[in-house]
Amino acid sequence: MNLSFWLNGVYRHEEVEPDTMLLDFLREKGCYSVKCGCETSNCGLCTVLMDGKPVLSCSMLALRAEGKKIVTMEGMQKEAEEFGAFLADEGAEQCGFCNPGFIMNIFAMENELEDPTEEEIKEYLAGNLCRCSGFVGQTRSILKYLEYKKTKKREEAEE
Amino acid sequence: MLKIKSYVKVNSIAEAYELNQKKSACVLGGMIWLKMGNRNVSTAIDLSGLGLDTVQELEDEYVIGCMTTLHDLEINKSLDAFTQGALRESLRHIVGVQFRNCATVGGSIFGRYGFSDVLTLFLAMDTWVDLYQAGRVPLAEFVKMKKDRDILQAVIVKKTPLKTVYLSQRNTETDFPVLTCAVSLIGEQPRTVIGARPGCAMVVEDKEDFLYGFTEMSKKEKTEAARRFSEYAAANVPVGSNMRGSGEYRRLLTEVLTRRAWETLGGIEK
Amino acid sequence: MSYVSKPVRKKDAMALVTGKPVFTNDLASKDCLIVKILRSPHANAWIEEIKTGTAKQVNGVVAVYTYKDVPRKRFTLAGQTYPELSPYDHYILDQRLRFVGDAVAIVAAETEAAAEKALKRIKVKYRVDEPVLDMHKAKDGKILVHPEEDWEAKIPVGADNKRNLCASGVEESGDVEKILGECKYTVDRTYHTKANQQAMMETFRTYCYKDYFGRLNVVSSTQVPFHVRRILGNALDIPSSKIRVIKPRIGGGFGAKQTAVTEIYPAFVTWMTGRPSKILYSRYESQICASPRHEMEIRVRAGADENGIVRALDVYTLSNAGAYGEHSPTTVGLSGHKSIALYRHTEAHRFAYDVVYTNVQAAGAYRGYGATQGIYAVESAINELAHMMKMDPVKLRELNMPMEGEPLPAYQDCITAPSCTMDQCMQRAKEMMNWDEKYPYKDMGNGKVRGVGVAMAMQGSSIAGIDVGGADMKLNEDGSYTLGLGCTDMGTGCDTILSQIAADCLETSIENIVVFGVDTDISPYDSGSYASATTYTTGMAVFQACQELRKKICALGAKMLEVNPEEVNFDGEFVFTDEEHKVSLKEVAIKGTCGNTQELQVTRTHCSPISPPPFMVGMAEVEVDKETGSVKVIDYAAVVDCGTPINPNLVRVQTEGGIVQGIGMALHEDVQYTEKGKIRNNSFMQYKIPSRLDIGDVRVEIRGSYEPSGPFGAKSIGELVINTPCPAIADAVYNATGVRVRELPITPEKVAMGILKQKLEK
Repeated sequence: MNLSFWLNGVYRHEEVEPDTMLLDFLREKGCYSVKCGCETSNCGLCTVLMDGKPVLSCSMLALRAEGKKIVTMEGMQKEAEEFGAFLADEGAEQCGFCNPGFIMNIFAMENELEDPTEEEIKEYLAGNLCRCSGFVGQTRSILKYLEYKKTKKREEAEE
Repeated sequence: MLKIKSYVKVNSIAEAYELNQKKSACVLGGMIWLKMGNRNVSTAIDLSGLGLDTVQELEDEYVIGCMTTLHDLEINKSLDAFTQGALRESLRHIVGVQFRNCATVGGSIFGRYGFSDVLTLFLAMDTWVDLYQAGRVPLAEFVKMKKDRDILQAVIVKKTPLKTVYLSQRNTETDFPVLTCAVSLIGEQPRTVIGARPGCAMVVEDKEDFLYGFTEMSKKEKTEAARRFSEYAAANVPVGSNMRGSGEYRRLLTEVLTRRAWETLGGIEK
Repeated sequence: MSYVSKPVRKKDAMALVTGKPVFTNDLASKDCLIVKILRSPHANAWIEEIKTGTAKQVNGVVAVYTYKDVPRKRFTLAGQTYPELSPYDHYILDQRLRFVGDAVAIVAAETEAAAEKALKRIKVKYRVDEPVLDMHKAKDGKILVHPEEDWEAKIPVGADNKRNLCASGVEESGDVEKILGECKYTVDRTYHTKANQQAMMETFRTYCYKDYFGRLNVVSSTQVPFHVRRILGNALDIPSSKIRVIKPRIGGGFGAKQTAVTEIYPAFVTWMTGRPSKILYSRYESQICASPRHEMEIRVRAGADENGIVRALDVYTLSNAGAYGEHSPTTVGLSGHKSIALYRHTEAHRFAYDVVYTNVQAAGAYRGYGATQGIYAVESAINELAHMMKMDPVKLRELNMPMEGEPLPAYQDCITAPSCTMDQCMQRAKEMMNWDEKYPYKDMGNGKVRGVGVAMAMQGSSIAGIDVGGADMKLNEDGSYTLGLGCTDMGTGCDTILSQIAADCLETSIENIVVFGVDTDISPYDSGSYASATTYTTGMAVFQACQELRKKICALGAKMLEVNPEEVNFDGEFVFTDEEHKVSLKEVAIKGTCGNTQELQVTRTHCSPISPPPFMVGMAEVEVDKETGSVKVIDYAAVVDCGTPINPNLVRVQTEGGIVQGIGMALHEDVQYTEKGKIRNNSFMQYKIPSRLDIGDVRVEIRGSYEPSGPFGAKSIGELVINTPCPAIADAVYNATGVRVRELPITPEKVAMGILKQKLEK
């Protein structure tokens, strides 16, 4: 079947089987950052942005991306580097397998929540599992990153 | 593995209903459950082109389109105020935001799953389902109906004055509930719903009228009524065992959650 | 610039945080055959007939293999030094199936759909036998898991397949019964832990291909590339020289990947068909046919005198190996050795154990490796003893804890603790937790009560006299260095830590050190990343290789300066005699490429005769809902003695991660079976590892001692960190509620029903 959608800013026309899931489809198209961690929609590793909202690409038919804007980490490399630096400075990226899904969800959170508390951050990210870091290093890096973004925004506004 | 022969993004509910009469056809909700199974679906019917993914607030009711995601429900300010935060409470434990951006209210309600937080809360409100063939059916009746090939278009919540509280017990913060409890005053009518028993949510009839006139009761009377009714509920709600808990524990929880919910509804501080 | 003890960013950090394709399945070629396994639905069965004809006919299917097609040579899957203590009890495919999920047949197809279709078409006639599912009934039971004649235990460990024994033994020192009899206070308690899954985010996966030399190349998410090479040689019955194992980035291991769980399948397929193939375990498979922690039931008898001195400890461990014995004889020892050793005044101790075969999933290696279970039991027994004595459990430990230079009873790898700051750890943890004020509990007045609990822990640093660490240090012609390592970074950051050590030894910038992933063809031999050996053992190899390379650099530099090697010094930048007479590192490197017979490369292998324990104290504060039984760990304070922390960031994150895994084991992760022996917790939906909402604060501090036998004084951190939460939380719950739960996990139901029982008994 035909599928037309935006992938990381590029409008694509693809042929796809009706039962292909978005996760497998994206990896086939070279978006290797999108990982598969489970079969029960519990881990969040496969999180991508669909029209700015975080969704589980493992639970979505590729055909449902029709007309939508799909963004994976491949399309947000600069932003990933910017946040990633904070994670790396804590040593909290560890094995890295949960990183892309987790970081994409942080970008979604930035869009949706204004000035979230630590509790709100944790709740927003609850669907992103990690087995290496114990989460607290991730929280430290997010708080530092949000503070940095706030300062940056203030400085840019003053200019 | 999920196998689909053909996928149709329908242009009308009528078309969806037609296609759905075939035994191996399937209406796509959030697909969370569908993709976990090993089904061979002949026709996958996608309703996402029909604009059914919004919450319409009318004068005397909310019309929640079946394709409304659980997250959109969660952040709907009007429903949040109408339910005094109970709707949000019933949703926020469900796995994660990404999950709730996929799962739909239609899928949750039509499935009539035992573990459903959503079903428990909706059953505690003046809720109706809008089925294509059967029309508007009260939710309390719908939960008892067998699954058929009708299409659930919308979930209707009447704006009858509502006070409601939602509680659940879980082994981990984002796990399935071990027990769910929603209590409400619909107008002056008290209603108690217990779910994840592990059976499907059910209304607990107050046969002895413990809660009759609850709003007018004094604090002491409310505490007493809550205590007596919760003991009654624990003695009368059928509960069973599963991986997450024994029937005995669920009986204990029925009493605790029912009492706490009614105390909270009655404004009794701990 | 110096790097040791600094929080340096990992070398692979930016690649990981930007989602670069560096994991096994990102590297697998697109034309790989997909390998899938047909799995036994029965816990104990014999294949009477297996028909694969119609399966082979599926379009896209290249091969279907059964027990008839594989070598009849038994091997072990355990990643441990040869000769392995684990029994040789596997075939690639066997006619006997020993647990629900055991491999029945291998399918290799061009697409996943074709493989799935073929699996459905394989027709098997099973003779279903009664399984032995209860580990209490296994020893000397009439149902044998391994009745076969060609089962082999290479090393005597008390194993006997005709008795369902994987290992068995008794170790005694002093007269335990006599001393216990003299003790004023004794406890006799039994504790039960489950077969927890490591649940790393990247499941097991392996990709194989044949290169132009006709050799089998294996790219695998493994912690033990060199062991895998040997294991595959055994399994395929081919020389190991025909096998090359490459380790890319790994998405977590925690010991799961210290067993060759998946490698044998695509290796067999590629070897037979000549075509590249890969296998990706689903999360389901990673839950039911993987390599979880050994279920253990541990009985502890402990005795103390009226002054609070623990004088005797008697530990009996019943360990459930499951259907196969990888890591079974080796994990059990730690349950006694690394728990009894925490009590330095122990005059008499006994440690006895039986490791039994049963028809459930084969257990393996999981962080802590038996110490976790043993420490849960002994620390819990000691906590119960403290309560009986009405003594603060912290005080009891202050009287008995390991101290530097003092005995480590039952711990065979060091008679006394060569380095230890457990006392400082306890002191600091007390401050962090505000223990004196919070012990034992605080009723919050709103139906909730808070309690605190404490536990000490230790582990080892490598397996003494056995684990081997290798480092290959090379000066490149541009003045950079290449560090070849055989140990496996699984996200822990050992590549970086070892680079920090090298950079300091060579007095150069860490950016000047190149590290690459393990490749058994070019990397120096290393036992692999397990047993908390990497920093300590491989680190020492790196240290020694760097010292030797400095000498070689000086020798060549001296030659260039026309002086004797003893006359020069090297400061990382220059080889010099004085300000006037010097040559730069780059000049020396370039000299090495022309008219030179002096290699600027050193390989060093290190093995330590001792295994100096790292130590830690963990304190948990829980809040319990007295009616529902919900337990939340609102605060966890931990202080670690890992020796010198080479990278404090990584020490901290390892500790935080281990603590959260421990919280999962203590409160949430359960393993439940059907009557027929099928695991019910077969997904993340049913097996609940902690989410970020399930933990409160986790605070970690370091009070490192200095370990002379370790690089820059370092010991280890990798496994120690999971050992305190179970006993600390169990006692915190007891202090809060009076309910003692001795079987993990401590679920809300167990607590609520315990509180109810107390009420009714009043």
